[in-house]
Amino acid sequence: MSRFAIGIDLGTTHCAMARMDLEAESARTEVIEVPQLVSAGEVEAQRLLPSFMYIATEAEGAQPLPWDAERTFAVGGHARTRAAEAPGRVVASSKSWLIHPSADRRAGVLPLEAPEEIEKISPVEAAFRYLEHLIEAYDARYAADGGPLTEQRVVLTVPASFDAGARELTVEAAMAAGIDDLTLLEEPQAALYAWLEQAGESWRSQLELGEVVLVIDVGGGTSDFSAIEVRDDDGELSLERVAVGDHILLGGDNMDLALAHQVRQRLEGEGASLDAWQMSALTHAARGAKERLLGDPDCQSAAVVVPRRGSKLVGGGIRSEVTRDSVSQLIVDGFFPQVDATARPAVRHRLGLTRVGLPYASDPAISKHLAGFLGKQAGVAGVDGAMLQPSCVLFNGGVMRSELLRERLRSTLNGWLSEAGARPARTLAGADLDLAVARGAAYYGRTREGRGIRIRGGTARAYYVGIEAAVPAVPGLEPPLMLMCVAPFGMEEGSRSSLPPHQLAVVVGEPVHFRFFGSSVRRHDAAGATFDHRDGSDVDELAPIEITLPAEDRAEGDVVPVSLSASITEVGTLLIEALPTDPKTDDERWKVELSVRGQ
Amino acid sequence: MWFWLSCAVRVLFDGAFAARVWNVADGMAAPPEPQVESLPAPEQEAADEPDESEITEKVATSGTDTVSALVLLGLLQREGRLIDFVEQDINEFDDAEIGAAARVVQQGCRKALRAHLELEPVRGEDEDSAVEVSSGIDTGAIKLTGNVRGKPPYRGALRHKGWRVTRLTLPTPVEGHDVRVVAAAEVEL
Repeated sequence: MSRFAIGIDLGTTHCAMARMDLEAESARTEVIEVPQLVSAGEVEAQRLLPSFMYIATEAEGAQPLPWDAERTFAVGGHARTRAAEAPGRVVASSKSWLIHPSADRRAGVLPLEAPEEIEKISPVEAAFRYLEHLIEAYDARYAADGGPLTEQRVVLTVPASFDAGARELTVEAAMAAGIDDLTLLEEPQAALYAWLEQAGESWRSQLELGEVVLVIDVGGGTSDFSAIEVRDDDGELSLERVAVGDHILLGGDNMDLALAHQVRQRLEGEGASLDAWQMSALTHAARGAKERLLGDPDCQSAAVVVPRRGSKLVGGGIRSEVTRDSVSQLIVDGFFPQVDATARPAVRHRLGLTRVGLPYASDPAISKHLAGFLGKQAGVAGVDGAMLQPSCVLFNGGVMRSELLRERLRSTLNGWLSEAGARPARTLAGADLDLAVARGAAYYGRTREGRGIRIRGGTARAYYVGIEAAVPAVPGLEPPLMLMCVAPFGMEEGSRSSLPPHQLAVVVGEPVHFRFFGSSVRRHDAAGATFDHRDGSDVDELAPIEITLPAEDRAEGDVVPVSLSASITEVGTLLIEALPTDPKTDDERWKVELSVRGQ
Repeated sequence: MWFWLSCAVRVLFDGAFAARVWNVADGMAAPPEPQVESLPAPEQEAADEPDESEITEKVATSGTDTVSALVLLGLLQREGRLIDFVEQDINEFDDAEIGAAARVVQQGCRKALRAHLELEPVRGEDEDSAVEVSSGIDTGAIKLTGNVRGKPPYRGALRHKGWRVTRLTLPTPVEGHDVRVVAAAEVEL
């Protein structure tokens, strides 16, 4: 029996960990500090663990931690510093790679620009390394008091926009780290749980039946939206997550870079030139200036100084400043423009040949992505109209610490609401925006014992396999692709989809690939429903799935008809299984491999 | 020769090491133990009211703790380039250039200090306001200047409100890490 619920926020730029006592009645969540190398040779416990991994050179020697003197790599603050100094040896943004549709997420790809002597690691291994560090840090301090982390109930958060494959890979990393009692939780839900912990029983008086809470989570690397509706459940208020947004690779780091590039252009116009180190120092300084200007409305300009690199500090440094105007234009209007409710993010069409890299959002306007989300999810929460109409907003993520940016998003949203004839949305006062997700996850771990309110939701997507229609081949014409629903929208934990009537043919002993699709808006397709791919502008292609039927009782090369059945595991992942139409044993079935390498 | 040179440097730096050098017969001293006596952080919940007597005592005993001092110096250099600033001859530069550098130092050192220690004024009154120093003053926390005579209570003007460190946590050097290197030489390949 676990003594604690542990919440782990495995973020794109930072990780955090919190725990909650499962036995004490009046327990609160507590944040667990994580010892880490903060410079070469110095260890310090901090509340956030930067999600960076530095692979040291052999000559550099060990990167020791209090619990491991021989380590050859470092995770945390020192690794983040090294990212600017020796980028080829640092793994960064690995979480964004977990959802990269066309990369092999189990293959070594990181660090991207690694020298030959480094054995690159996979995005899954990077997640494993961060978890391993958190587990060891916890155990070093608490294993003697309540047992090691792997004996606790662990709740790991993922972006709401993570598809089934990315969730599966996250679980793979956690299992490799030895976590058995594991549940996944969507980050925006975790943020709301943190609010629920803070509000205590008073949440029932703060939220009314029929209200919709919009969670806006803008972190260092990603933006994530979710809508949660207050519903009636046998006379009691209950919460149900009704919609999630798409995965948007856009966050605070983009804003710092934008500001740094603007200052660089100005400096280069004045004849200065900046090398890579100075650019990194400039980005750092720009972040400081941004936080100062966004945090203090009376501050009109903040100086940005890129010092000389050598030991002579005075003289020869490059000085510039960031003014309130440029922050207003570049950050507030650039990333949070006041647009119409009908605005949509621009989509840049992909070029035939793209360099291997992350699929960053091509439109930096977060408010357009928000308008897109609300428009796409119109009508899901009872009210008809051209957009989903939230009545409350909960902000989360480091970027949303700025009152100026919160106010901008609030006024933009309220403009849309008033045009639609709805009341303006209130703001739910959140907790510490960097730590809320970890805290909320620990709190959720406790609600799984039936204590406290739980947010219901089920899967936020319907999933489809692509089946090529059998038609005579015509040169230059692709055979039409039919999509068949294998997992309907909103499947709850522990539930299983009904067996669709359509069958797929699989060759025994050979891996067979199927194209795989997801949709965050097709709520009404039952398992087995089919439609022409050309009619489905609201589905996105995901990494393909793979079925391998072992040749146990069958002859290799035989073609066997199978049906696909989906279920949601206790952990919260999607499990698809292939059931032969003519089973050799009573419960003959095979697991279908999700998120196989993209083609 | 090299060994004696490095020993000389270490004797300068490390009183404890110096004492050990005279005691070790074969001349091969063990490397100094990384020992850190940073003030223990009071529990998060109880952070408001630290036990002052305990802290004062720790500060007094850590007077000889060169490791912590070097770690703090390294921190101020790393975040705020403090040693670079102090070590440079700034006579030839104009105030604008010195000012630009001072920003780097101020912002970085402030960030480092805020993250690692908490400061509070010794006296809460405004500077230059009239204050009374009661009997039984802590002579370490309050310094009397000017026309000092008679017995407490004293009446006077608060010229400097004083600073007291109420919490200090420092990074811990890992075994074998040479804390004397407060800034590593950088070689770009």
